[in-house]
Amino acid sequence: MSKKVKFSIYRYNPELDVKPYYQNLEIELDDLDKKLLTALIKVKEYYDDSLSFRRSCREGVCGSDAININGRNGLACLTDIDSLKQPIVLRPIPGLPVVRDLIVDMTQFFNQYNSIRPYVIDERPMPERERLQSPQDRDKLNGVIECILCACCSTACPSFWWNPDKFVGPAALLHAYRFIADTRDQATAARLDNLNDPYRLFRCHTIMNCADVCPKHLNPTRAIGKIKEIMVSRVV
Amino acid sequence: MSIPVMKYEAVIVGGGGAGLRAALQLSEAGVKTVVLSKVFPTRSHTAAAQGGISASLGNVEDDNWHWHMYDTVKGADWLGDQDAIEFMCRQAVDAVVELEHFGMPFDRLENGKIYQRPFGGHMANFGKKPVRRACAVADRTGHAMLHALYQRNVKADTHFLVEWMALDIIRNKNGDVVGITALEMETGEVYIIQAKAVLFATGGAGRIYQSSTNAYINTGDGIGITLRAGLPIEDIEFWQFHPTGLAGAGVLITEGVRGEGGYLLNCNGERFMERYAPTAKDLASRDVVSRAMQIEINEGRGCGQNKDYVLLKLDHLGKDVIDQRLPGIREISLQFLGIDPVKEPIPVVPTCHYMMGGIPTNYRGEVVAPNGENMEDIVKGFYAAGECACASVHGANRLGTNSLLDLVVFGKSAGNSMVEYIKQHGDEYKELPEDAADFSLNRLAKLDNANSGESLADLRHEMQKIMQQHAGVFRTQSVLEDGINKIEALYARVQNLCIQDKSKVFNTARVEALEFMNTIEVALATMITAEARKESRGAQAREDFPERDDEKFMCHTLYYKDGRKIVYKPVHTKPMTVDYIPPAKRVY
Repeated sequence: MSKKVKFSIYRYNPELDVKPYYQNLEIELDDLDKKLLTALIKVKEYYDDSLSFRRSCREGVCGSDAININGRNGLACLTDIDSLKQPIVLRPIPGLPVVRDLIVDMTQFFNQYNSIRPYVIDERPMPERERLQSPQDRDKLNGVIECILCACCSTACPSFWWNPDKFVGPAALLHAYRFIADTRDQATAARLDNLNDPYRLFRCHTIMNCADVCPKHLNPTRAIGKIKEIMVSRVV
Repeated sequence: MSIPVMKYEAVIVGGGGAGLRAALQLSEAGVKTVVLSKVFPTRSHTAAAQGGISASLGNVEDDNWHWHMYDTVKGADWLGDQDAIEFMCRQAVDAVVELEHFGMPFDRLENGKIYQRPFGGHMANFGKKPVRRACAVADRTGHAMLHALYQRNVKADTHFLVEWMALDIIRNKNGDVVGITALEMETGEVYIIQAKAVLFATGGAGRIYQSSTNAYINTGDGIGITLRAGLPIEDIEFWQFHPTGLAGAGVLITEGVRGEGGYLLNCNGERFMERYAPTAKDLASRDVVSRAMQIEINEGRGCGQNKDYVLLKLDHLGKDVIDQRLPGIREISLQFLGIDPVKEPIPVVPTCHYMMGGIPTNYRGEVVAPNGENMEDIVKGFYAAGECACASVHGANRLGTNSLLDLVVFGKSAGNSMVEYIKQHGDEYKELPEDAADFSLNRLAKLDNANSGESLADLRHEMQKIMQQHAGVFRTQSVLEDGINKIEALYARVQNLCIQDKSKVFNTARVEALEFMNTIEVALATMITAEARKESRGAQAREDFPERDDEKFMCHTLYYKDGRKIVYKPVHTKPMTVDYIPPAKRVY
């Protein structure tokens, strides 16, 4: 059995197009084709091989295929086609420069990630075996380490759109919290200093788009709130 | 033709676990290093590994590397090289401790040590009873490991070329590897990257099959490149079918489910693994479980309307255990089948998962190839690690969790070998041949200039169908012979591959076509070597040759692209320090 699905897809190839346009397509899918990524791959295979998008694991763990789907950021591989109103409007995730079609330049996003020093800092001599950590302390990292750096959250955040160079953004702040919360990390004070700035942390206005769109059901706003709490308690 | 040349002392192709671990070793030694990756490093397929990484930490119960080594040799069905296996199993504890020191967020036991769970083929006391050896981060161990390794490389200031694809290696007249050609996807431009040492960490090629747990990027690029360079690949007939791929979707459901106490059921509600593996039951080696499942399905005891899958039951573990230890597979099951494993069993089928074969290396990560009498002459300047390499630690069947271990142990070992080689090398780079890039440029020009021909989608689907039907869990002579004819005919058609998109900027059709030229080499090599190996060993199950034949076939297959030639070389039977583990009947 097959079904027909209508798409309106943002297209832009800087080599060929003066400006972006929307390509309207109706494609035939198998009834068993469940996910949006499957549909995109069929478009590329059988309708137009010039459509460019990123994809890899197709199971929501690599974070490649973040797309703006009917106005909302999500992963193509985890989005059910049948849940979407047609024509399905696909755009690149907003706020970052478009390289081509649905592919954006993520440099700013990763620059912010790098800026929070995304690694456990512990300059003490390492023991011969693993450092010990209680299960309760380890549990503090749940809901944080699952992040796949897909950028759905940061590119749904108005504060990040306006200041992608100054505001760290929800994804990288979630990671900042991940290292503050890790009992093995010894650099909390330096991490807080690094964020104590009118833009880097405090541009978060708890709009909560980030938590709303996270395909892994994580909550960067809550992590940001916790960083703020720790920062305040430090002053007191 | 003149194209830009970049220079790095060390070039690493692939940003997954093996590439990143090697990069760290090189960066920290002050070697000028670059990592090339088709995707941003944390998008590499290492991220999809779920269940754990093996090390005999003994955090829950007695364990030691001798038992780990025995299990690996037995799991490999005596096709593994015992020196490399000893090397890996001895290093395992240090490797896992090092990952913890790198910040990997392992789950913890009450006493604060790293959490360990049982896994397939992990046994205590030389195969006597299951042991908890798999060190886990819930069911997201690969994701946690990959991120920790990437983070550590951020700290070490490793240089990356992200969304670059290697095209070919460059060898000088002595056969030494002196660089690569590579495509920058964003611009579509080709570069030469001159190097003192090149490491391939390009991962697997599971996409040759229709039903695969592998990511779209797993297209066997390193294998295709190696074959085109006139070098052989090893044991490529051995493909692991993971017992529990999600029926229909192919997505991996970790063996950790069975490690935590889940088990398989046929349509009669029978826990059938008790019949096939009385001691280890559902935790027998993957090849054993996959075959058992396939027999159940073939004999009409599968489940569902078409009786084409079996069920993985885990609801008895309870919601708390599932949410704590297996949250990822609950999410996957809900996402792709709408089934909540807290309440219902998951439909699963054996699914292509892992390539045991690859680029032949020794345990130092140096690529080796026959040269005259010497079956293992070192190819200077060329290294390989991880799934694309064949050290060979996995032999004919890999044990679950030994892949993540392989990545870090051999990534580090190759990194060390490269540091040593580069230091001896001196300041001068070896000269590039004048025609260094011509081979790649000609390949590209042929593709770019084709205005009509075969469609990539058709060719790819047909290859996957042929592989699925002719080189699956069970194989026979006539099915393989048919398979060779079909795949050879398809291979000829690939020469007329044509894509419509002729632009340069981020042309993913072009990238996919270039990938497919690598993938098809792997498919062809698999079919030819599987036909030639007339025995059953590990993942190669020949219905017409049901027994292992140690006299004729306890040897590694080497396959060359030229003339589709096969030669065999002996398995390393001499471990580094301990006694040889002689072949025995493999019972679980």
